[in-house]
Amino acid sequence: MVEIVIDGIKTKAVEGTTVLEAAAEIGIVIPTLCHHPGLTPYGACRVCLVEVIKENGSSLEASCILPVEQGQIILTNSEKVKKARKLIVELLLASCPNSKTLQDMASNMGINKIRFKIKDRGCILCGLCVRYCKEQMQSGGIGFIGRGISRKVSTAFDVTPEECRNCGGCEWICPVCERACTAGNLLDGICGGCQNLAPVETCPICTGCSESVGMQGHKVY
Amino acid sequence: MKSDYEKPMAIVSKYGNNRDSLISILQDIQSECRYLPEDALRVVASQLGLPLIQVYGVATFFKAFSLEPRGEHEVRVCLGTACHVRGAPIVLDEIKRHLGVNPGETTDDMRFSLETVNCLGACALGPIVVINDKYFGQTSPGKLEKILRSYE
Amino acid sequence: MRRSTKKLQSVAELEQLRSRILKRLKKPCVSVCGGTGCHAYGCSEVAASIKKEIKRQGLTRQADFKVTGCHGFCEHGPLVVIYPQKIFYQRVSPKDAPEIISETLLRHNIIKRLLYVDSVSGEKVNFEDDVPFYKKQQRLILGNNGLIDPTDIEDYLALGGYSAMSKVLFNMQPTEVIEEIRKSGLRGRGGGGFPAARKWETCRNAPSPDGIRYVICNADEGDPGAYMDRSLLEGNPHSVIEGMIIGAYAIGAHYGYVYVRYEYPLAVRNLSLALEQARAYGLLGENILGSGFSFDIKISRGGGAFVCGESTALMASIEGKIGEPRPKHIHTAVSGLYGKPTNLNNVETWANVPLIINKGASWYSQIGTEGSKGTKIFSLVGKINNTGLVEVPMGITLREVIYDIGGGIPNGKRFKAVQTGGPSGGCVPESLLDLPVDFDRLTAVGSMMGSGGMIVMDENTCLVDIARYFTKFLTEESCGKCTPCRDGLDNMLDILTDITEGKGKESDIELLEELGSVLKEASLCALGGTAVNPVLSTITYFRDEYRTHIEEKRCPAGVCKALITITIDEEKCTGCQVCARKCPQEAISGKKKELHKIDHNKCIKCRLCQDVCKFEAVVAS
Repeated sequence: MVEIVIDGIKTKAVEGTTVLEAAAEIGIVIPTLCHHPGLTPYGACRVCLVEVIKENGSSLEASCILPVEQGQIILTNSEKVKKARKLIVELLLASCPNSKTLQDMASNMGINKIRFKIKDRGCILCGLCVRYCKEQMQSGGIGFIGRGISRKVSTAFDVTPEECRNCGGCEWICPVCERACTAGNLLDGICGGCQNLAPVETCPICTGCSESVGMQGHKVY
Repeated sequence: MKSDYEKPMAIVSKYGNNRDSLISILQDIQSECRYLPEDALRVVASQLGLPLIQVYGVATFFKAFSLEPRGEHEVRVCLGTACHVRGAPIVLDEIKRHLGVNPGETTDDMRFSLETVNCLGACALGPIVVINDKYFGQTSPGKLEKILRSYE
Repeated sequence: MRRSTKKLQSVAELEQLRSRILKRLKKPCVSVCGGTGCHAYGCSEVAASIKKEIKRQGLTRQADFKVTGCHGFCEHGPLVVIYPQKIFYQRVSPKDAPEIISETLLRHNIIKRLLYVDSVSGEKVNFEDDVPFYKKQQRLILGNNGLIDPTDIEDYLALGGYSAMSKVLFNMQPTEVIEEIRKSGLRGRGGGGFPAARKWETCRNAPSPDGIRYVICNADEGDPGAYMDRSLLEGNPHSVIEGMIIGAYAIGAHYGYVYVRYEYPLAVRNLSLALEQARAYGLLGENILGSGFSFDIKISRGGGAFVCGESTALMASIEGKIGEPRPKHIHTAVSGLYGKPTNLNNVETWANVPLIINKGASWYSQIGTEGSKGTKIFSLVGKINNTGLVEVPMGITLREVIYDIGGGIPNGKRFKAVQTGGPSGGCVPESLLDLPVDFDRLTAVGSMMGSGGMIVMDENTCLVDIARYFTKFLTEESCGKCTPCRDGLDNMLDILTDITEGKGKESDIELLEELGSVLKEASLCALGGTAVNPVLSTITYFRDEYRTHIEEKRCPAGVCKALITITIDEEKCTGCQVCARKCPQEAISGKKKELHKIDHNKCIKCRLCQDVCKFEAVVAS
């Protein structure tokens, strides 16, 4: 066990666990997007950032992959963290305005404007689908291709991979295609909060993975 | 064609069927075939025991690889900072206009492929254009027509 | 060079070979620079004609001839230097060969027209050491390039090569080696400036159940405009190999990698040859020189990704995966390649190691400043008279480098800024030119030393355009894993592009600063973390230029295409019609001998007219 301090609360954490898990143990919920307890942590979305106080200054680290260490001092909601988190969600929203998960996060954080050009990519590149396919289904039929802003989730040569067993898990775990926003008119990308679920036009990697779905689009449960 | 599979198989064997050598294997195939054919990638994945998407992911991540056949003449424009400061963008614009393609593309007649590179280390001669292995230094929009014409 | 060699099995045998080589060396040597810069000038034809001429005049036994690595003064290539006096000939052409051999080599006459002319005094300079470009340099590492044919290990041996390694393997304990490097104050030359000895020690002390550790040489040199590492690898690969052997011994590693970027085929070739020869001579591989220490090196080639210069991405690439960095909660010195303790250093850092061992840490630490010891190699390029590779002691001022060594700005233009550190660095304005070249001082003003690219800019360079250039470069090189870098940079690029196209808004500068500060803190790796430096430093020192673009929709430097108009100067135009004929849009009208005019509706600003006008009458404003 190691002793750490989170948001001023002294606590003990099991060595080998992450700061995200240690915080959850004492009831502090750090928002996440690319994280799922059943899959290996990825640290890509950067929403779960926490401030780690060091001798000379501090740094922001992704709590989902940060291992607990003796004497750590962590702040999960400092000004620095809030500023970074808000901007990251704003950036993601600009590339994925139809995601209810993101819209909910935005309204929780008090984001009421998107200052960036809205380029709907329909994907936040969290990699949950890739890791689900590889780790949970032991399949590895989908993966990341390209790099930078052209990076996307795909299958090799845009063909349904042999390994695909039509489990539908990739679609189920996705924070975008699973819970789409209905608001017909997003005002500058913001919907203002709603309770509806709606069909999504097309899923970018949809290869007819789920029997109930078909190639052109799918219903949300 | 049998030979389509033989070459990539031989290359993978040369590296001892070692997964770590994936990038070197793809580089060798790229220099042999001037691009990475789909069949070759399938052979590599199967021989190395890797998911195809992983090989495809590596092939699309690194700029050295091309999944489309490259043209007969490779035109590379240096966009290193020194060349940029000396006017490389104007040179690039003129080549784009002349060939009718963007960087990363090949002309319809497969004669020219256009690429940009970041620093060839010949900064004294900037802006530099390299066609195949020949260096053209101190280029400017006016000189390009003649240079490109010499390859026609 | 095929010489039948027996593997050397002791220091004594090495030294015996060395004295045999020295005896065999004839006095005069004609050294032709074969660096890439000179290649672009056609140096291979010059070399071929000189070689032919030496043979034709029957002097093959009386004179040495070498094609070497980069001599540094790239602006004046092809370069030919005649040793031992170091007579310095520049801009040599193949037809000069007969005269060089008969006059200079045989009769010791200097050919005046091939000499460098001092731009200040107007006088011709005979010897390399007197050329102003070289005078203020301290070429401890690069200086040997002139005497080394990189394809012949014996040239390196002639200069004392592998004596540092012998000293270490037979007379020093590994911890003593680390201590010596620590006393020297050597800091990484790849950009981070991390104390080398500290990294070596961490790696040595990191637990490794199977005892495997790795040393890696980072030769991915991705900064556009930097080619120092390339010239070192092409011109003197053994200095790097020797450094790695010494480091491996100190750390306890038996395997090493040199990761060379894919765009450097000549470096790969020369390095491979050097490794082969080192093995053949018993200086690399099993039981080096009979010391009992075994170490070998493999070359791993990059695939064209700037991000693979980052240590964790580099290691992923060696493992055959995509170059996705990982966070360094656990340092690579503890868990790196294949999860083993790994020490990664830059090419130049490794090349400094034999020098430190041979001359001693006390000697080395007297060069440079308090915080930055030794020399640094820079590629001095851009709007500068003397383009080339310079090696200077730390602490020299930027002004001295740019003016005394670089010869100032060409065409009488005014200096505007110098960019150091590539896409991770920043622009330094005129007011800070007296800043000493030093890791910490450069970081303190918003730039950084980086790997050594030094791009000089004049009044015709638009700093907003430069900020956009670096941001665009980084958006193409980002691996795309984390949100701040991938999406943040993309949006920064959009904003900067809008500004350069006259669509900037008042709130843009603030938004750039906000994006910048979040990117700096929230990015997963240093690519994103330092991506903001070019933008932030240009905003800090050239805020007015941004404002002019946004508020007045004007580009003062005359660069941003959307904001300039091409016009013909009334006073200079002679009405020759050359531009009108060249214009692809037929936008220029004007009768013979009459003032020509450009129709701005048709003009696409391709600048062909400006290029062909012999009277400098076409102006971009």
